Amino acid sequence: MSSQIRSDEAILRMQDEAAAAGLPDAATAFAELVERMRGAVAFDARFVGIYSGGAWLAERLAEAIPGNHPVGYIDASFYRDDYARKGLKPELHATRLPFEVEGASIVLVDDVLFTGRSVRAAINELFDYGRPASIELAVLVDRGGRELPIEATYVGARLVVARELSVVLSRTADGTLALGAEPNSEQRHA
Amino acid sequence: MRNPQLNAHGELTHLLTLEGLPAEVIRRILDTAVPFASIGERDVKKVPLLRGRSVFNLFFENSTRTRTTFEIAAKRLSADVINLNIGASSTTKGETLLDTVDNLVAMNADMFVVRHAQSGAPHLIAAHLNRTGRTHVHVVNAGDGRHAHPTQGLLDLFTIRHYKKDFRGLTVAIVGDILHSRVARSLIHGLTTMGTPEVRVVGPQTLLPTAMSSLGVRVCHDLRAALPGCDVVVMLRLQNERMKGALLPSAGEFFKNYGLTPEKLALAKPDAIVMHPGPMNRGVEIDSAVADGDHAVILPQVTFGIAVRMAVMSIVAGN
Repeated sequence: MSSQIRSDEAILRMQDEAAAAGLPDAATAFAELVERMRGAVAFDARFVGIYSGGAWLAERLAEAIPGNHPVGYIDASFYRDDYARKGLKPELHATRLPFEVEGASIVLVDDVLFTGRSVRAAINELFDYGRPASIELAVLVDRGGRELPIEATYVGARLVVARELSVVLSRTADGTLALGAEPNSEQRHA
Repeated sequence: MRNPQLNAHGELTHLLTLEGLPAEVIRRILDTAVPFASIGERDVKKVPLLRGRSVFNLFFENSTRTRTTFEIAAKRLSADVINLNIGASSTTKGETLLDTVDNLVAMNADMFVVRHAQSGAPHLIAAHLNRTGRTHVHVVNAGDGRHAHPTQGLLDLFTIRHYKKDFRGLTVAIVGDILHSRVARSLIHGLTTMGTPEVRVVGPQTLLPTAMSSLGVRVCHDLRAALPGCDVVVMLRLQNERMKGALLPSAGEFFKNYGLTPEKLALAKPDAIVMHPGPMNRGVEIDSAVADGDHAVILPQVTFGIAVRMAVMSIVAGN
């Protein structure tokens, strides 16, 4: 579940591969997600993107969905349950929540929902900032494979992918989105 | 021979010295400290990363400040912290250092934070743990003899990068009792590894070994001549106990030549920052007007020190 900026050619190649692998078109999934959230989320809901893929997705959603939606960012690396197995990941971001969490309506935003462990970690971190009135979850893609009882409130697209593959959301500098699948890099020192 | 601080994958498992540590390892520690710094600003200043782990502060030499900042760092990571006042316990009964360590490992210690008057003591403990296959136990050097004080060096680097953004292009002066200073040695290794083009060490001949130039720094005995062009001025503590010997005529004489006053600081760049590892001797190495002035970043150093120690502990304990 990562997101990177890639070149146009790389994106085109990914789009071809994605079509071949039966992955949905990212722009279509985004439009669908906007459709589902419009009118359903609180007018003043805060959109909190989970780094890194969810961060700019949250920004895009805040622009696309009517209402006043301040954007925050969360890197829940300090709350993950795989620290003992994998250590701390090399690139961290600072969590930035430029609003009061206490009493707020929060929509957590992520690109790909898989095991649910990132979302669990993000919810735990949120509560160290205050007690939100509610937390909802919006994801571009739900690929199944949950290991925790966590479900998304708003989903752009659903798909089934082999466990060994990571679904990766990429974008070009001009903001074009693309979904791709690549071998899982979970194993450390494999 | 492999660097004893790194595992077979080149990952940091102990922090003993900045000497020989690759730039990417140092950069990763500094980068990791950034999000930890923001945890100190929250209402809940705690993350669950080291929950259930036991961190033993082994201080064979007194240091309230360093011990406290390590303790705060470990507690903000949710570790259990055990402070051992070693001077008053086993060693005075004749137990060897490694026997003390083995006993604490038998109590399921996960990490040792070691301060020792003898250079190399933390290295000895780490090598002992590596040799006996207990690689899940980690050692962090909190200052050994005149050798190294790597977390101080790292927090100094973090502070410099915070205010100056990049090491390339910087001129840094380290001033005072270089001879006895593990802080100076660690900072010099860190600065040169990170590509700082000009590091000047400044002090009287009795406190500044000429062999320092082999570390890639410029040796200078005149503070007024050394300050022009400086972006960063690091003042070291003049240890009062050194004054009794023949090394210095008097504190007043030292202040006159090497004490940082507003008038001398004006020779450095207008946006120069002034650092000090503490505790400060006002009127000996630094004038109060400088210590409390706009250029001083001495208190931010203390705050950053906690974040840097959290980063070090969470990186080594995860490897």
